[in-house]
Amino acid sequence: MKFSEKWLREWVDPPVSTEGLVEQLTMAGLEVDSVEPVAAGLEGLVVGEVLTVEAHPDADKLRVCQVAAGQDEPLQIVCGAPNVCAGGKYPLALIGARLPGDFKIKKSRLRGVESLGMLCSARELGLSDAHEGLMELPAEASAGQDLQALLNLDDTLIEIDLTPNRGDCLGIEGVAREVGTLTRCPVNALVVETVPETVTDSLAIDVQAPQACPRYLGRVIRGIDPQATTPLWMQERLRRSGLRSIDPVVDVTNYVLLELGQPMHAFDLAQLAGGIQVRFAKQDEQLILLDERELTLDTETLVIADHEKPLAIAGVMGGIHSGVQAGTVDLFLECAYFKPEVIAGRARQYAMHTDSSHRFERGVDPQLQVRALQRATQLLLEIVGGQAGPVVEVAAADYLPQHAPISLRTERIQRVLGMLPEAAEVSDILERLGMQVTATGAGWQVIPPSFRFDVALEADLIEEVGRVYGYDKLPSQPLSGALDIQPVPETEVSIEAISDLLVARGYQEAITYSFVDPELQVTLNPEMKPIPLANPISSEMAQMRTSLWPGLLKAVIYNLNRQQSRLRLFEHGLRFYSQGNKTCQDHVISGVGVGTRAPEHWDGQAAPADFYDLRADVEAILSLAGRSTACQFVAAVHPALHPGQSALIRCAGTDAGWLGKIHPSIANQLDLDPQTFLFELEYAPIRHGELMRFREISRFPSIRRDLAVVVDAGVQAAALKSTVSEAAGELLKEIVIFDIYQGKGVETGRKSVAFGLILQDSSRTLTDEEVEAVVTGVIESLRGTFQATLRE
Amino acid sequence: MSGLDELEANALNEVAAAADAAALDAMRVRYLGKKGLLTQQLKQLGGLPAAERPAAGQAINRIKQQLQQAIEARGLELQSAALDAQLAGDTIDVSLPGRGAPSGGLHPVTRTLRRIERLFTPLGFSVAEGPEIEDDYHNFEALNIPAHHPARAMHDTFYFDAHTLLRTHTSPVQVRVMEQRKPPLRIIAPGRVYRCDSDLTHTPMFHQVEGLLVDENVSFANLKSVLDEFLHLFFERDDLAVRFRPSYFPFTEPSAEVDIQCVMCAGKGCRVCGQSGWLEVLGCGMVHPNVFQYAGIDNERYTGYAFGMGVERLAMLRYGVNDLRLFFENDLNFLTQFN
Repeated sequence: MKFSEKWLREWVDPPVSTEGLVEQLTMAGLEVDSVEPVAAGLEGLVVGEVLTVEAHPDADKLRVCQVAAGQDEPLQIVCGAPNVCAGGKYPLALIGARLPGDFKIKKSRLRGVESLGMLCSARELGLSDAHEGLMELPAEASAGQDLQALLNLDDTLIEIDLTPNRGDCLGIEGVAREVGTLTRCPVNALVVETVPETVTDSLAIDVQAPQACPRYLGRVIRGIDPQATTPLWMQERLRRSGLRSIDPVVDVTNYVLLELGQPMHAFDLAQLAGGIQVRFAKQDEQLILLDERELTLDTETLVIADHEKPLAIAGVMGGIHSGVQAGTVDLFLECAYFKPEVIAGRARQYAMHTDSSHRFERGVDPQLQVRALQRATQLLLEIVGGQAGPVVEVAAADYLPQHAPISLRTERIQRVLGMLPEAAEVSDILERLGMQVTATGAGWQVIPPSFRFDVALEADLIEEVGRVYGYDKLPSQPLSGALDIQPVPETEVSIEAISDLLVARGYQEAITYSFVDPELQVTLNPEMKPIPLANPISSEMAQMRTSLWPGLLKAVIYNLNRQQSRLRLFEHGLRFYSQGNKTCQDHVISGVGVGTRAPEHWDGQAAPADFYDLRADVEAILSLAGRSTACQFVAAVHPALHPGQSALIRCAGTDAGWLGKIHPSIANQLDLDPQTFLFELEYAPIRHGELMRFREISRFPSIRRDLAVVVDAGVQAAALKSTVSEAAGELLKEIVIFDIYQGKGVETGRKSVAFGLILQDSSRTLTDEEVEAVVTGVIESLRGTFQATLRE
Repeated sequence: MSGLDELEANALNEVAAAADAAALDAMRVRYLGKKGLLTQQLKQLGGLPAAERPAAGQAINRIKQQLQQAIEARGLELQSAALDAQLAGDTIDVSLPGRGAPSGGLHPVTRTLRRIERLFTPLGFSVAEGPEIEDDYHNFEALNIPAHHPARAMHDTFYFDAHTLLRTHTSPVQVRVMEQRKPPLRIIAPGRVYRCDSDLTHTPMFHQVEGLLVDENVSFANLKSVLDEFLHLFFERDDLAVRFRPSYFPFTEPSAEVDIQCVMCAGKGCRVCGQSGWLEVLGCGMVHPNVFQYAGIDNERYTGYAFGMGVERLAMLRYGVNDLRLFFENDLNFLTQFN
């Protein structure tokens, strides 16, 4: 809600400055968004009356005008505006005048003709964006009159950002009421006199949907002057509230909307067939709106119709054919109360947010219609003339909102606010807000005024008391109460711990958008069913991520394009996918590594990072949960990964994630370094570890035996280890693989694996015979399982 | 006995001249070995008249002891010189950087989230989480925002279908917690939230922290106190002005927005605070009775407060970041500034 301070002060004039007023409004919950002067930087402007207009001798588009400016002689002004005409009155900037932007008017020559000032448009004065030519001033303005006085430019525009509960302040009357309450100043109520009815014409009103429209008023006004214009004061008030002057009838309805907060609509009586019906639209009924949009309506849309066709979407916008036009002489004026829930959805459904729908969906005072209709009639008759017919009202009392009495308990105020203002102060605040207040044993009984849609509960009243009393005056009191000791599950690995670990290992945390490019997603993860957004912000952010890889890879590309060559990034967060008709949202931790093992160093070139570097990072995460030994890295194929360098990570029989090198064709497609490695771990399977258990430490020495066996190149270390473990039995403490060799001395297709067996018993020193027996058993077992041969 | 004096003088000269341990040892053998010059002198004692023998023997022994001491001393000297030489050769440039990858760092949003959590957890608040793909009921309905409520228009919601959406705030977590647990409740719910809006000052995803406390006898005064203290501690500024301004949220009543004195201009008015001197940093209020009713919590017995804050906004103010969009570009030049 934007309005002129002068207009507000006509209603209520508290003895405070603009700053003080703004501060009070803001601190009462009517947050002031902006305060600006109506005309900033204007100086030396008067009314200029153009006496004669002649063509410029050397320029087609310029005219040479003689302009009366209240001085002895007319001034010669050169002007380029198309609408300048003899007899017109326009703002005139004299020599020495200042326009916004610190633009100073000087004597000048335009194409050889002297100009002693400048005739101005509204835009040049900083009053509006309209640039259709000179600003036309009313005929009653006199040449030489001070423009600032004429236009009341010594004024301030105040814009308040109203919260949706305060629909009652969407009119100057409502703001004035609020200011009166806050400043304890009397409000000059607008007295609306009943306009005498001078014609008997009326239109039958048939409200077929009284639950949606509990009150509908209409009246006929005949014989208005189609030539009449809107008075300047009204144009200015509309403009200062951000509304453009259109024609006097529309201007009056808009003026009443701004003044009282009541949206109204004027129809051209000649376009209406039969009477008015207020009903829900029939399926697929057509309507062309004022803004020339053609709509196909549905049965949830309340319309105003005549006996043939819909005329308007109730409370939202009128149709183009039934509206007031240039030659309209007879009007049908509508003033109604529509239920908020009927209007709400519709504006959004048809993407039409209008000043009218904005008010109706927040709630218009259901008792306001008679007064608003009389006010509009009175203004119309003053401005466009005509004769008013009788007011026809159709009301369904059962459907009109009723304010039931609310009990307000003193005990409850104390409990919620943490303090209790004096009883007299509480009832004073409520009464100033227009409530009917009756004292009771426990507190008060309160009936809110019809314009306060937001007050229905005790809590609403407590808020009002707190708000008007002043939040800054309410106490601040630390809460005292029992504090329970919080559980600390020791075996749970927190995301914080995982993040800290990755940070310590050189990873930088990234946060990427949860919605990603579907094309990238299908490339990286074609097997998971993604969840598309119905209304994405762009096509590149149209699907929820099924993995964190698309976002991380985009971050990699972004940084590679900015001279970075070595990256370690990680992110944690949810990934989303459908499974059957179930929506899955799993917390995952993902990482990406590109470039060398370590940053460039004076000591020599670092080797490029490989699978095993990232595997070490993943193992470190798994070991946080004490799970590194319970997890396996199983060779498996993932569409995003190199088929020979990818592993499915399994923890205690559950698939927990993936690790691998990016697939070379994807690297190529995305213009990525082919030495890019990725991992993604689900949080759930690695979240809970096992509590550590103490094991006896052996006091006897361990014995190491090294062996090298030759096996097929495809045999995996894990399989080898598990066979060795099984064969070696309980004495085996550890196996260390210390060399893998292929090449000279080993047949093609085979490889040599060298490992150390570390054997130990907890109760004695092992004998050579025992050790030899274990080693022989291991060799035999490897021979049997893998056709392993001992390498000499 | 001039021969003996000469021998002594020569031997001491040779000790001094020995350039290393080997030369010193060779010299020692030459004089003091089994066939050494001084040993020979001792062997020759028997040839002397008995009367001269004691004096001669004493003289030779004196020289022998003196020589032994000199050799030992010279040996230590040489050892020390050798160590010095070795150390000099081992000297490195300690100003060169160390080896291996440096640590990475947390995202500034995470830093800020952790900071907020650490300020609240000692007060008994525990961290709660909820889904990001939410249903209409938890995101709106149960928070007293029925269909077509004008407040919905302010949320610019991302939808999947008529009933499923991306949560527009972390408030649905309070609903889920109230459904699952009985009061007293003290939770904070950090997380990602989404609004269908993208421009200079809006990103379609951002982070919030929601707080909820439900107990018997919780008042607005308690809410004022906790947030006032939080803001002072978060910004580590004792003199920070904080104000509570009435506002409206469908799920709290009374509701307030909390402003702090602009940390950029100390309240004098600047571009960041739109010349007002104040910055809005939080929304809060007493839990609305309808929200309790939806969650099945006894309205009469319990009261509660809730608050919500934008994490990026707090991070921007704390670290002086001037562009919201930087948080999601993941430019290392930005991220590493917070390591």
